[in-house]
Amino acid sequence: MAQTLYDKLWDAHLVKQRDDGTALIYIDRHLLHEVTSPQAFEGLRLAGRKPWRISANLATPDHNVPTTVKERAQGVSGIEDETSRIQVQTLDDNCEEFGITEFKINDPRQGIVHVVGPEQGATLPGMTLVCGDSHTATHGAFAALAHGVGTSEVEHVLATQCLIQRKMKNLLIQVDGKLQKGVTAKDIVLAVIGEIGTAGGTGYAMEFAGSAIADLSMEGRMTICNMAIEAGARVGLVGCDQTTIDYVEGRPFAPKGKDWDMAVEWWKTLHSDADAKFDKVVKLDAAAIEPQVSWGTSPEMVGSVNSLVPDPAKAGDENLRKSWESALKYMGLKANQAITDIKLDRVFIGSCTNSRIEDLRAAAEVAKGRKVSPTLMQALVVPGSGLVKKQAEDEGLDKIFIEAGFEWREPGCSMCLAMNADKLGQGEHCASTSNRNFEGRQGYGGRTHLVSPAMAAAAAIAGHFVDVREWS
Amino acid sequence: MQKFTQLNGLVAPLDRANVDTDLIIPKQFLKSIKRTGFGPNLFDELRYLDEGFPGQDVTNRPLNQDFVLNKPRYQNSEVLLSRANFGCGSSREHAPWALVDYGFRAIIAPSFADIFFNNAPKNGLLLIQLDDAIIDRLFNEVEATEGYRLLVDLPAQTVTTPSGEVLSFEMDQFRKHCLIEGLDDIGLTLKDAADIKAYEEARAKVTPWIFA
Repeated sequence: MAQTLYDKLWDAHLVKQRDDGTALIYIDRHLLHEVTSPQAFEGLRLAGRKPWRISANLATPDHNVPTTVKERAQGVSGIEDETSRIQVQTLDDNCEEFGITEFKINDPRQGIVHVVGPEQGATLPGMTLVCGDSHTATHGAFAALAHGVGTSEVEHVLATQCLIQRKMKNLLIQVDGKLQKGVTAKDIVLAVIGEIGTAGGTGYAMEFAGSAIADLSMEGRMTICNMAIEAGARVGLVGCDQTTIDYVEGRPFAPKGKDWDMAVEWWKTLHSDADAKFDKVVKLDAAAIEPQVSWGTSPEMVGSVNSLVPDPAKAGDENLRKSWESALKYMGLKANQAITDIKLDRVFIGSCTNSRIEDLRAAAEVAKGRKVSPTLMQALVVPGSGLVKKQAEDEGLDKIFIEAGFEWREPGCSMCLAMNADKLGQGEHCASTSNRNFEGRQGYGGRTHLVSPAMAAAAAIAGHFVDVREWS
Repeated sequence: MQKFTQLNGLVAPLDRANVDTDLIIPKQFLKSIKRTGFGPNLFDELRYLDEGFPGQDVTNRPLNQDFVLNKPRYQNSEVLLSRANFGCGSSREHAPWALVDYGFRAIIAPSFADIFFNNAPKNGLLLIQLDDAIIDRLFNEVEATEGYRLLVDLPAQTVTTPSGEVLSFEMDQFRKHCLIEGLDDIGLTLKDAADIKAYEEARAKVTPWIFA
């Protein structure tokens, strides 16, 4: 029978189907960071349990780590915020105690867990992969069944290498056609969220397919799967093809020799069958997608850079009208105001959505030979990992950014969620390449606008949003 | 885990869709390495008029008197009534920890986000899904009646209103069982340790690189 990619991955990891409708699913890879793991390790200790398969785990601190060279110089002990320091230290201690491989704060391989996994080849096609972070959906770009879990499930995976699950439904997002120049993977996924809403994918595994997805690099596919959760789907997926295999080959954790050949043979089958049945299908024309900018406090509140901030009076129903009104109030925006008129205070280029080498190249291309607007308080570029940083420096991107007036930082989650010192002040507008524009997400009272790296760089130069297509 | 069978709880209405977990418990409180103590910072940015910090004494902070949980009539509420897609966004289990630590035992909404839906019952927090039209009606009743309580009966899968109306809700049988008994699912899964080992042995022949 024809199967979807999700069906195939589910079947390959089914340990046991139980009578009550739940299933025991085996987890191949478990990624850990400092924020959602301490209580899980503590739970193991209290119950006298040990990790089931230590080599399945890989850890790195990312959410709390400072991103300035000065604060990073002393390692963990140099983290100024005491609670952050304790949390990072606790991860080090737990990994030490249980024998788990960890890329520590100043290890060149340290970085955002969703950048590090793929970069190391710790994320492989056909795997089940979980992490105590909702953006684990990122790894689905590799035809891996990957999703975020809470801390109880982090502990469950540590102790049993399994999760108790119910099978989700299948959703296909079909994106065909050619993207316009200056329009990127980020714009595709923002357009998808705008189309289906922030709960449109709830209960589904969301597969992205079509010629526009096939044309994307692995970095672009990761950006898209990363934000599946912003459309409500825990799981994002892209079928495996030659682009996937080429990316994985030669990475430190990737199989070698005979294992590699065996793996590739299986990986080539990891795509939905041509006649596989999806519970829901949504189609988008890539050529019609314009650069996107979010205007509200939910990722579904998004539109073209050339559109106007919507008018709550024209919302379809009462609940939507209230949501829009409350969002406009929080964001300090007026109905029918042009998106391009929104003045910015800060720009953030980074996060597990957009901090990979391709993202930095796209931003640098726009920034080259230009200057950050003097009206901006700060424009930050935060690479996703130490290795991304090094590669960018080898390509001279750091110099382009610094000459343009951007700050070039050390790797971490940074201003995406502002657990470290990088945050927005009250009322400040930020063009951000991150994934969430929730109230207070990037700092108390901060106002986030989600955009692609090229759009963020252009906004930094102009001091307000501009259509980056006009700049190329 | 605290067992859940029946509850006759005061209801607080949070009339807002897409309540995200950043709103339930903002990031600065995620730096704790404990599971408890998040209650005073539940809905921190809605509840207080200033910015909150971890470890701070909240008793002297200025309260947002317009926020529902600060109104005298909703003090000690145990049931939270809200709108669609409750718990969306971040996977932080600190969200259910904060709700439980504050004193909530059940949340009623038209729909919940997937990860939150998984996390909540593992902490004894019951999630009840009811149709939009019923939720609309409950909002009207709660707002119109001071001291409005709902009788939640998990074994019977019903919610009874003060007027005696009985509303049924759907419930996953595994989750129901764990909540009623207060069971730890790790212990249950480890009863299948032999199956997990057998799976690993068989799978190691097909995908040896996973087990290298």
